[in-house]
Amino acid sequence: MQLTGAEILIRCLQEEGVEYVFGYPGGAVLNIYDELFKQERVKHVLVRHEQGAVHAADGYSRSSQKIGVALVTSGPGVTNAVTGIATAYMDSIPMVVITGQVPTAAIGQDAFQECDTVGITRPCVKHNFLVKDVKDLAVTIKKAFYLAGTGRPGPVVVDVPKDVTQATAEFAYPKTVSLRSYNPVTKGHAGQIKKAVQLLLEAKRPMIYTGGGVILNNASSQLTRLVRLLGYPCTNTLMGLGGFPATDPQFTGMLGMHGTYESNMAMQNCDVLFAVGARFDDRVIGDPAHFYRADRRIIHIDIDPSSISKRVKVDVPIVGYVGDVLEEMAKHIESSPQRPDAAALKAWWAQIKDWQRKDCLRYDRKSNLIKPQYVVEKLYEITGGDAFVTSDVGQHQMWVAQYYKFDKPRRWINSGGLGTMGFGLPAAMGVQLVNPHATVACVTGEASIQMCIQELSTCKQYHLPIKIVNLNNRYMGMVRQWQEFFYGNRYAESYMDALPDFVKLAEAYGHVGLKIERPGDVEGALREALAQKERLVFLDFITDQTENVFPMVPGGRGLTEMILAEEL
Amino acid sequence: MRHILSILVENEAGALSRISGLFSARGYNIESLTVAPTEDPTMSRMTIVTVGSDDVIEQITKQLNKLVEVVKVVDLTEGNHIERELMLVKVRAAGKDRDEMKRLADIFRGRILDVTDKSYTIELTGTGSKLDAFIQAMEPGVILETVRTGASGIGRGERILRV
Repeated sequence: MQLTGAEILIRCLQEEGVEYVFGYPGGAVLNIYDELFKQERVKHVLVRHEQGAVHAADGYSRSSQKIGVALVTSGPGVTNAVTGIATAYMDSIPMVVITGQVPTAAIGQDAFQECDTVGITRPCVKHNFLVKDVKDLAVTIKKAFYLAGTGRPGPVVVDVPKDVTQATAEFAYPKTVSLRSYNPVTKGHAGQIKKAVQLLLEAKRPMIYTGGGVILNNASSQLTRLVRLLGYPCTNTLMGLGGFPATDPQFTGMLGMHGTYESNMAMQNCDVLFAVGARFDDRVIGDPAHFYRADRRIIHIDIDPSSISKRVKVDVPIVGYVGDVLEEMAKHIESSPQRPDAAALKAWWAQIKDWQRKDCLRYDRKSNLIKPQYVVEKLYEITGGDAFVTSDVGQHQMWVAQYYKFDKPRRWINSGGLGTMGFGLPAAMGVQLVNPHATVACVTGEASIQMCIQELSTCKQYHLPIKIVNLNNRYMGMVRQWQEFFYGNRYAESYMDALPDFVKLAEAYGHVGLKIERPGDVEGALREALAQKERLVFLDFITDQTENVFPMVPGGRGLTEMILAEEL
Repeated sequence: MRHILSILVENEAGALSRISGLFSARGYNIESLTVAPTEDPTMSRMTIVTVGSDDVIEQITKQLNKLVEVVKVVDLTEGNHIERELMLVKVRAAGKDRDEMKRLADIFRGRILDVTDKSYTIELTGTGSKLDAFIQAMEPGVILETVRTGASGIGRGERILRV
């Protein structure tokens, strides 16, 4: 049967089982919107800015293992979407972004709302396509979903000119697709796995360090099993939180720039480091020269060969899906007569316990002001640690990472790689849509929330009862912290003046707003907000302006060169 | 260290900019880049000459392999290989210099492709260093124009790059 390009596109989305498309209409995508209108299987969520559409598709994907889909128009629709696409790219989030384009005959003519979408998005996508012939449309969409979700996942952009959505072609959706130039290695090399197991079992001071790869590959049960089998300490990166249960006694907390003292010390002083789906980035290990230890052996599992030995030389590289490799390793360990060196392990744990006695996450609990850490701790307690928590970027993000103990994967949704302010609220929309009965909290700050505040309107339209926890310190807190530490307290442009009344603002959008100014009111307000199951509640917590995130490894310094609270 | 990378890529619009974009985005050097379709018209072969430490070259190779349109990458300098570059050079050739210029072209096994009463256009092939040597052998001011293709390379003997 002959179908138009627009019909084909929607049929493809149906074939892929797409539930929601997050988007914003415009001239170049009118044919597609017309077809969306005529059917009910694929539901459309109308955002208020294209950045929000992509973040929402991103949050949807992160919290559900599914591929998020966004639809935007040409020109400004695309340029507005770029921040969202780059955010997803840096965190390897599977996503398909369909962008309208001016008609093929107008491409290159500086047409109205034209931009070089493929050119602009090229450095921040896993791959992108410009569909010039309607006959290629279905297979291109198939390829886009295949590329987005396999290997190291990532966003794929499909640019569709308007005339292609009008032209007709025979529709047949390919069942499978294969590309001769794209064959990610998925199974770990058996010899390397053996070597890794041997090295792990011989370790005297082992450390397991895991990242976002564990979450993306749904490998947390395999990881948990292996870590418990070995009895070794385990730390997670910001992107890896929830990959191993945070309440497990073997968990030493997050590592890195704002990681725990014990995790960073153990990373530096271990003799065998086992890295799983993590990439040794600058916020995680600090200065690679300082991190280097001649007597430390490193095992690294990653789906992406280019992540291995990029910043840190690795002794036993294993390319493959982390879940499969971890399972293989567990089998080897179980069938091996060798056991970890119990005496060495006992001494190593004693050392770690000693580091833990620093109690690096303690803060002033007697303050008359609301401590942001306290709000996060209370949120953790009241939600039983079982909420989906999104965040924006800055101090509040680090406090959630430190004080909300994630026991499950895909509960912690944040922009780790690109560090995109404005991510939290739209991401929470995607999370809430795919988890309609779950508690979804967006922990944010008064600076970040204003970057995508317009999405409060989308939340109203789709009845998304998100709980916004605004840690309002009237500063761009992390910028202020760096200015305090490294710029002689010169707070250049980091003060948030002329703030809106967030309670009234929430009410203006049709939501509930609460302002909380005393520590004693924190718990009550959180309980009250969570009891409002059907409503979005904006909780404006007026917090201590001078609070800082500790520990802190200053940028470019060694991982153990931490500033602790007491040292100030 | 100088490396010659041979790359088989899908012959698709945008593949070249994806590859050159990768080099600029990650701060890698390109000394020269040549590209043309192979005997299989769906595929192009690219030769990139780059400079970097072993670690950098390893990253470049991995990053290239990660591009969806890249089918295969080989570092020719890892083994025996042949490298050739073509240069066209227009030189001043008038009066008594005319014979000398012809002799020099012969020494470098160049061919004179075009002649006017004031100039020769000479074709030269060889490794980059041979072409450099020819240019250095010229008296200052003799060269009117040069154009070079950049290196192309192929493995020696049984070393074959194909799908």
